[in-house]
Amino acid sequence: MTALATVPRTADGFLEKVEDWDKELAAELAAESGIPALTDRHWLVVDFMRNAFLAKGDAPTIRTLGKDSGVSIKELYQLFPKGPAKLAAKIAGIPKPHGCI
Amino acid sequence: MRHIVILGAGTAGTVMANRLARSLRRDIAAGDTRITVVDQDPVHVYQPGLLFIPFGVYTRDQAVRDRRAQLPRTIEYVQSRIERLDAETDTVTLANGAVLSYDVCIVATGTRIVPEETEGLTGPGWGERVHEFYTLEGAERLAKALREFQGGRVVVNVVEMPIKCPVAPLEFSFLADWFFTTRGLRDKVTLTYATPLDGAFTKPACSRSLQYLLDGKGIALETEFNAGRVDGEAGELVSWDERTIPFDLLVSIPVHRGAEFIGRSTGLGNEMDFVLTDPRTLQAKVKPNVFAIGDATDVPASKAGSVAHFEAEVLSENVLRFLQGRPLEPGFDGHANCFIETGFDKALLIDFNYETEPLPGNFPFAWGPMPLLKESRLNHLGKLAFRHVYWNALLPGYDFPGIPAQMKREGKVFPAAPATV
Repeated sequence: MTALATVPRTADGFLEKVEDWDKELAAELAAESGIPALTDRHWLVVDFMRNAFLAKGDAPTIRTLGKDSGVSIKELYQLFPKGPAKLAAKIAGIPKPHGCI
Repeated sequence: MRHIVILGAGTAGTVMANRLARSLRRDIAAGDTRITVVDQDPVHVYQPGLLFIPFGVYTRDQAVRDRRAQLPRTIEYVQSRIERLDAETDTVTLANGAVLSYDVCIVATGTRIVPEETEGLTGPGWGERVHEFYTLEGAERLAKALREFQGGRVVVNVVEMPIKCPVAPLEFSFLADWFFTTRGLRDKVTLTYATPLDGAFTKPACSRSLQYLLDGKGIALETEFNAGRVDGEAGELVSWDERTIPFDLLVSIPVHRGAEFIGRSTGLGNEMDFVLTDPRTLQAKVKPNVFAIGDATDVPASKAGSVAHFEAEVLSENVLRFLQGRPLEPGFDGHANCFIETGFDKALLIDFNYETEPLPGNFPFAWGPMPLLKESRLNHLGKLAFRHVYWNALLPGYDFPGIPAQMKREGKVFPAAPATV
């Protein structure tokens, strides 16, 4: 059994608790989402997301990531296909970006 | 002589001025305390009205009043732009060069839209087929465009979060369906809602209860759509991953930022110019004698008038505590309460906080009278009546009987198995 199977997760696969996260879980979450190996570029984004969330309680937007993470928006879509904000948040072990309803 | 400076006299700043002027009336009368309020323009806009102006339900006159008239007589009002706040020297420099020294400063300068930050958004077609309704002028231009619209593709796009009144774009879409239906044009109009989030409703209970609304109204949904550029000439909205949504009329909810002076004030704000703020006490992180309230903060609560109202109850207490040298109360829980217009004279009501998602039930009491997360006519009447409540009870800073600052669990139907373990 993988470590990922032992932690509580939401219906769409996000960690329930931010503090459950570690680097191995991140790799497993990535693999399950179609990213077989996390490169340094992936980690740059994942760490940026996680730190931003822990500091502020909110995940950064795509535009903020593109401006401040050191990875361009174009590359973000290559690294995390389809929905970089959502996918990077999942791998970073932070909640899904959400609205108020 | 103590000096309290309030920056901004929108909803949050006005409520704070009224509450503090009342609590400190004896000190003010004795000349021990003075309150100065700064704002850059003389017009107070009832912002929930901006949603109704495009559809001709409200006119400008019904949405604005004189700003000074909403503030207590005992405060000093200065109309000026703000240059910067210097936390180190406890001063605020105004654009006219005047310097205000403060003992306590409350930042209530709200949020503003920055359409220039999206490529092409303010280019060709801006104000003609490309619109926004977050300013009076924008809402009026859109009213004209909707009156003249004969049919075609209408696209509502949220560029990114956070935005002011996060439900307004959805309400706009619902009201557009109602508007075109009543004008006999609905079969000539397609409506698309494009959002950067992974759904129109992202909270579980809301998704379950409200998904029918989009389907029933024939509103197409485009999710995880991060707008990269707008081509007003070609009528195309293009995402960063090169998805194109063609439009005849685009209603954009542009990027939001805090007030410009926050970016010029060392240590005060984040990269979007929202004030770094403790989410429970509303004390700014830059220095203990600076506080922030309403849309101006970076706290993960909705940017909404109800939030400013609930925050004001906590913050006025905390400002008094700070002046008396007592510890602050971590009393703000993220409480928000919003009516959501769904068209055809119906509305939903939601009530939630940092921890609790909007749930079904009744409000403000277990017996009602208003249903939560369910369409009703009473909720719609509540939303319309709220305009009078706003000017006569909310802005003056009165507490609402039965609706405390902290969200009540009473009346809400909590899920049987809690979402978090």
